[in-house]
Amino acid sequence: MKQYFRSAALTTAVLLAGGVSLAHADSVTVGLQLEPPHLDPTSAAAGAIDQVVYSNVFEGLTRFYGDGSVNPGLAKSWQVSDDGLVWTFNLQEGVKFHDGTSFEASDVVFSLDRARAEESTNAQKALFSTIASVEAIDDQTVQITLSEKNGNLLFNLAWGDAVIVAPESIENIKTNPIGTGAFKFADWVQGDAITLERNAQYWGTPAHLEGATFKFISEPSAALNAMMAGDLDAFMGFPAPENLALFEADPRFNVLVGSTEGETILSTNNKMPPFDDVRVRKALAHAIDRQAIIDGAMFGYGTPIGTHFAPHNPDYVDQTANSDYNPEKARALLAEAGLGDGFTTTLKLPPPSYARRGGEIIAAQLRDVGIETEITNLEWAQWLEEVFRGKDYGLTIVSHTEPFDIGIYARPDYYFQYENADFQELIAELGAVSEPEKRSELIAAAQKTLSDDYVNGYLFQLAMLSVADSRLEGLWVNAPTQASDLTSVRWMK
Amino acid sequence: MRITDFLKSRNFVVGKILTTIFCLAALISFFWTPFPVDGVDIPNKLQAPAWPYLLGTDHLGRDVLSMIMAGARVSIAVAVLAVGIGMLVGVPLGLAAAANKGKLLDEIIMRGNDLVFAFPSLVIAILITAIFGASAVNAIIAIGIFNIPVFARITRGGALSLWERDYILSARVAGKSSTRISLEHILPNVMNLLIVQGTIQFSLGILAEAGLSFVGLGVQPPIPSWGRMLAESQTLIYTSPYLALFPGMAILLTVLGLNLMGDGLRDLFDPKLREARR
Repeated sequence: MKQYFRSAALTTAVLLAGGVSLAHADSVTVGLQLEPPHLDPTSAAAGAIDQVVYSNVFEGLTRFYGDGSVNPGLAKSWQVSDDGLVWTFNLQEGVKFHDGTSFEASDVVFSLDRARAEESTNAQKALFSTIASVEAIDDQTVQITLSEKNGNLLFNLAWGDAVIVAPESIENIKTNPIGTGAFKFADWVQGDAITLERNAQYWGTPAHLEGATFKFISEPSAALNAMMAGDLDAFMGFPAPENLALFEADPRFNVLVGSTEGETILSTNNKMPPFDDVRVRKALAHAIDRQAIIDGAMFGYGTPIGTHFAPHNPDYVDQTANSDYNPEKARALLAEAGLGDGFTTTLKLPPPSYARRGGEIIAAQLRDVGIETEITNLEWAQWLEEVFRGKDYGLTIVSHTEPFDIGIYARPDYYFQYENADFQELIAELGAVSEPEKRSELIAAAQKTLSDDYVNGYLFQLAMLSVADSRLEGLWVNAPTQASDLTSVRWMK
Repeated sequence: MRITDFLKSRNFVVGKILTTIFCLAALISFFWTPFPVDGVDIPNKLQAPAWPYLLGTDHLGRDVLSMIMAGARVSIAVAVLAVGIGMLVGVPLGLAAAANKGKLLDEIIMRGNDLVFAFPSLVIAILITAIFGASAVNAIIAIGIFNIPVFARITRGGALSLWERDYILSARVAGKSSTRISLEHILPNVMNLLIVQGTIQFSLGILAEAGLSFVGLGVQPPIPSWGRMLAESQTLIYTSPYLALFPGMAILLTVLGLNLMGDGLRDLFDPKLREARR
């Protein structure tokens, strides 16, 4: 009898161990805050789409790695003509789309022509603006001809908005995305989760994972509970920085702290009085204590910035001293602008906690120098409608997460309504230059211009905060683009 | 009814004490709170309850006690005004319906009431604030609207039985119009009912305001609100549980106090129970 018990216990133990390792060996459940509206990254701005499909399902000619570098993707190599206008891409061989159709040069022509077409709804058409034509030389070779030199071409082609899609499957791409990636789309339960499975016919290094499920949890406290309960193996972009200490103290979890391309700014309506006066904008900048906002809203995670540029970029110029915290100076500037008695403006806040909490802190700091703010909390849809498209706001807080997006300041119709001919010229010049030194110089000049014009209140670079099971490896720590690349993720033995 | 009757009702006394405490806190907050209500003070954030922050500080370093005091003011103001709207509109409707019992006007008023009543109250409030924007005024209107049918019904119910009384009959014979009868004879006699119901609606109003603020549709920051304090404490509940505890207790005790007071009043106003007590 005793013997029986012992063997029974042993069997149970073996079964349990086997069960646990099985559950973990082959798949992963990843939490994300936002559910994508659909799954076509080439026809909408929503970063939530790329968060699921980038590199997992869809690939471009080039692709970002987690360190931000641009690497060969579906193009294995390329040559540039001496005048820099003709780019010849040699494509990977033996690549098949998930529906079995083969990937050829004609698919590249189709994808890029579709993205840059007049009626295209691609969210980043500017990426393709210098492309004059795309031609298939043979099945494995594509030639892109530019209308002017573009030093950013390989970088631009790595974006989720420039991935390669197939004409055969384009009709249902929004609900049934067919790409060339290491994972195939399997299922989407609206409002809950998207499931991917390993692509057995993948042309490159196959994924370690058999499958992956993305679960959408917008509520920060629900995200915390799901991680703690073990329902999720990882959460990319964890929404509640105040809880990271809990995960850090728990050996079951790893906390990944990296950087994003998100410049978090106090966007200012440059056309709306009194913000059309640079002295008022300068006063705003000096009234803001960045460190208090980082500590209060982000629990210390984030790097102060003084202009619209990512501090981890080698071309970054530290302009924070230009707008240091100095309420005395802010009051003096306001008095100089004839607003010694202060004024009232609106502060419209989208849902993320950096905005909601940061907004309350900024409201208190502005009140200290005599600027009263009326806070309105908005949902994303309302924010896009009223602030981003309607330009009906005084101040707002938002993180601009696109990589290398300083060019938005050259668009006078953009929602901060900043119009500066010199700056627009700088950006135009930058687009045409590919010598690294000259580019660095222009980028530095652009950063200084924004800082000296105090276009917006520059707060901090948003940190990428993720939590993962400590046995999981290969997740991106930084977010050079919005993505949850799972192709090299695996469970440690 | 004597003052000693009130004091004999344990429900009433406990309810009255709780309610008075919160009303006093709200009144005092107009001219004094331990710390400024919107005093963001990042270096002192998330302090556990201790001197000088008796109930601790929140994630932005604001004093929780000060916020609860000012939050009481918001809760009470919203609830009073919402109940006021409900009474001002609902009571005349109820009186009119009773005076025209069985006629078309009665039907229109009461079926209209049923329509409003059929919607879950908080859903109406969310609908209204979602359409017209989140603000204290819209929250008051929203909560006020679902108070209307409550008061209309209770007034009509009370008034209907009164219309059968002999003294009403004599007033009619004397040639008084039904409007005058409603105002001079019916209204004073349904007052007891209205006061009891008003107390209960008042506590529901406080709950509704907290619910709306919890989902972000009530008063907007930086004006403190108990509901928003609860919402903001959600992710901090493991590290700073007091942030959820104190506003939660404030809501609980105020609502409990008002309900006990309402129960006590009902018992006191009920003639049968009053006789039994003697």
